[in-house]
Amino acid sequence: MTIHTGRGFACINYPIGMNLGGDPSQALVHSTPDGKFMVTLSAIDLGQGMKSVCRQIAAEALGVPIEDVYVDTADSDTGPHDMGSFASRGTHRMGNAVIRASSEARAQMMEAAAEELEVSAADLDTDGRGNIQVKGAPSKMITVADTAIAAQFKQGRTLSGRGIFLIEPSGVDWDTGEMSPVTTYAHAALVIDLTVDDETGEVEVKHINSAYEVGRALNPKLVEQQLIGGAWMGVSHALYETTEPYYPARDHLPQDFNTYLMPGPGETVPHDIAVLERPAADAPYGGKGPGEMCANPVLPAIANAVYNAVGVRVDKLPITPEKILRGLQANGGAKPGPRQPGTPQ
Amino acid sequence: MSIEFRKDLFADERDDNLNEIGKPKQRQDIGGHVRGRTAYYDDHLFDGLLHMRCLRSPHHHARIRSVDSGAAERMPGVRRVVHPSDVPNNLNTLLSLIGFGKDDEQLLSDQVVRYMGEPILAIIADTEAQARAACAAVRVDWEVLPHVLDVEEAIAPAAPSVNPAYANNTFDYGPYDHVKLRFGDAQAAFAQADHIVEAEYEMSPIEQAPIETCGAIAAPETADRFVCHTGTQALFFSLGTAAKLLNIASSRLHFIGGTVGGGFGGKVDSITEPMAVLGAILTGKPVKFQWDREEEMQVGAPRGAERWRIKDGVMADGTIIARELTGFFDAGAYTRLSSYAGTKCTGHLPGPYSIPNVAANTFCVYTNRTPATAMRGFGITGVDFAIECHMDRVAEVAGIDPISLRIKNAYRDGDMKAHRRVAKNCALVESCQVAAGKAGWILGTEDMAASSMAGSTPERASIPQTALDEDGKINERRAGRTATTSPVKGTKQLPAGTHGRSHVAVPVQRPDMQIAPERVGHDDPAARGAAHAPAPVAPPVAAPLQPAAAALPAAAATPTPPRAQPAAASQPTPPASAATPPAAQAPQLQAKPYKPDEPFQRGVNRPGASRFLSGARRR
Repeated sequence: MTIHTGRGFACINYPIGMNLGGDPSQALVHSTPDGKFMVTLSAIDLGQGMKSVCRQIAAEALGVPIEDVYVDTADSDTGPHDMGSFASRGTHRMGNAVIRASSEARAQMMEAAAEELEVSAADLDTDGRGNIQVKGAPSKMITVADTAIAAQFKQGRTLSGRGIFLIEPSGVDWDTGEMSPVTTYAHAALVIDLTVDDETGEVEVKHINSAYEVGRALNPKLVEQQLIGGAWMGVSHALYETTEPYYPARDHLPQDFNTYLMPGPGETVPHDIAVLERPAADAPYGGKGPGEMCANPVLPAIANAVYNAVGVRVDKLPITPEKILRGLQANGGAKPGPRQPGTPQ
Repeated sequence: MSIEFRKDLFADERDDNLNEIGKPKQRQDIGGHVRGRTAYYDDHLFDGLLHMRCLRSPHHHARIRSVDSGAAERMPGVRRVVHPSDVPNNLNTLLSLIGFGKDDEQLLSDQVVRYMGEPILAIIADTEAQARAACAAVRVDWEVLPHVLDVEEAIAPAAPSVNPAYANNTFDYGPYDHVKLRFGDAQAAFAQADHIVEAEYEMSPIEQAPIETCGAIAAPETADRFVCHTGTQALFFSLGTAAKLLNIASSRLHFIGGTVGGGFGGKVDSITEPMAVLGAILTGKPVKFQWDREEEMQVGAPRGAERWRIKDGVMADGTIIARELTGFFDAGAYTRLSSYAGTKCTGHLPGPYSIPNVAANTFCVYTNRTPATAMRGFGITGVDFAIECHMDRVAEVAGIDPISLRIKNAYRDGDMKAHRRVAKNCALVESCQVAAGKAGWILGTEDMAASSMAGSTPERASIPQTALDEDGKINERRAGRTATTSPVKGTKQLPAGTHGRSHVAVPVQRPDMQIAPERVGHDDPAARGAAHAPAPVAPPVAAPLQPAAAALPAAAATPTPPRAQPAAASQPTPPASAATPPAAQAPQLQAKPYKPDEPFQRGVNRPGASRFLSGARRR
């Protein structure tokens, strides 16, 4: 009848994009007559912020304010092909396609502005606030809106771009397993603090301290949302969720949220996060896509913390009270492991 | 709750002064989400919307002797009973869109069911309640067949065969019934190790559990087309799958989605879309096909179960010199995406560590359970759980701090990974240091001084001579001629240094599409190079779609599919001579050319892999 504290660690890396490549994404960008930009995709926003991150990327690459960009997505009549939102590929693949499309549109825009200002396009730059200026002489400028109007109604020029991004497809050598799985990896490490009640087998995760390396946090708020939600999902996978609690036997199959256990939002674990950013060469502004990997290290870290708390190794997920109690019984009671350096004794 | 951005780390690799990137901009769609005005697929209402429900198998494995839907057809509100014969091209596998694997699953099954919940018939009625009632009135005469639910029982010679496309209950990976990873000689290295650490791990299936269940609403559009509002995670995957199953030109399908109430991997399978479109075709009316919560939980594909065995050879100082892994992905009755998890996972082994000897066998196994599919962390979550629990076991045996053990073995820039590609852009060491620091977990000075950018050695950067075997050829295991699922002792030696080339992004098709190097925000050699040499290399011609469209039955003598630009031929260093360990009789393998550009086998056993590619049936 004791509540034991435990601390566990795990670290991981995570491949970004479809294994072995061959998963293209396309994007189209065009300007409205008064210099607003429409980005047309068939990508899917699952709630992760696909539209928003593409909007930011397009604005950055075009050199215009984000308010002047709108992303329209997922109508197969208008949006060009995209493989889909999975495999942490959305930001990496579609982000790159958007950069390419936006870069082409930007090149047209600079040509149009150069014609209006009677200078060379190479001497122009955007200020990110809707103006195009002569480098070193910012007073000589034209707005993006006036540029678009001139392009459309005077010059007969489109300000538009197409982009595709593809990691070339490859295969596996079946004798050695040699392959080019992906071009970049995200990283994570975390420390879990939890308690285990040796009477009920209940585990309560008390705290997560984590470090996530995401290449670049393109939108820090969206990254934060992913990391907190993902870690919460990891806790849920480790301790509660399964469609087959007695796998491989098919008994006690849950059919709704009364029998399929998940923690509620109120059980979100206090989580202190550090974000590291080591840009990947071929990623959009270096961003790697934190979507999937944030849940992964939580599962083993919890298992390791449970072992540290009571000396029971639960090697089969989920780590249910039943498995912990059976382990305690087999061990003849709780056998707390060594307290870790830096842990309160 | 707190979040900090450690801008001090890797600061010289980034430009942090970009205009929009790196800013906490509000989401474009936040207003609609917060006010509850955002339209999801189920918000598209149509007058006279019909509802479709499926009749499902109550058995794990059974033959359908007969189906009597006569009473159901006469029930109130019933518009149409949909039989398997109503599906124009009733056999598919999801990854046929990228030419991977054989067609193995029917949209509605006509003869045998292979998992509990498998649909055999659908009823379209005015209301959902009427459709449910009619399904309950269908009489089916089942002949129950023996089933198998455990992955290792399923690959035993006497096990019931689950899926006729893969009669051995294993997916075919080239000539083998599993994916091999061979790097160095793990068997030989175990003999040198101070400790051997072995354990087995398992993960039960997990439901993606989106709040919005899978579904689609399809309706006839003008111009002889069909619109489909869907919650898919992959619009063109679903469109292509519908076009193939229904044998309809992709140009006649108009798919609209993009705003999804949670997916987590469970909305790639593209079942509800062809069902809804089929309903609209057969009735000429708008039809909704939506899973209820029970279907989402038990019929919709979960993250599949995995079982892993890991054996490590460890030196007294904690250096891991060999790691052997044997893994089983439980695909359930049909392939869906599990085959892909096998290769994805194998490319991930042995985890983010530099281990000079690695051997792994990864199986994708068919059992009589709900087919598995993708979920957040697909192919990786289960083995990461196993590896990271195992690292703690190793730390305990070696008497080393668990984080210190990881830093010691962590991969560094320049290290050679087991899949024969050089590690770059690593950040595991720093992640460990920062997480430990936040938690007040005190590390030694050596661990705190470690860096992902330092520590590689010529030895860590090299590809060792590798022991190869030909164990586990397709059909051998079922015939009882394969003794084990674990990697066996190698019989041949592949010279050190043998590798092909890396596969990277295809360059921009026009120079205008290349972002200016000064606008990239970090160092991108491709952008740098493009500034000087704008004419990019020709893209590879062997996009998997292309050969897939010309796919023939696997057995037929196919012309070699067009190959991508030849891989820089494998370049073995001269075979390490007499000093080479295994006995004289072990023949030196002729360094055979690695063919990474030849994508997966083309095994689609239906004429014309995908209508989606052409808009017309190909033969």
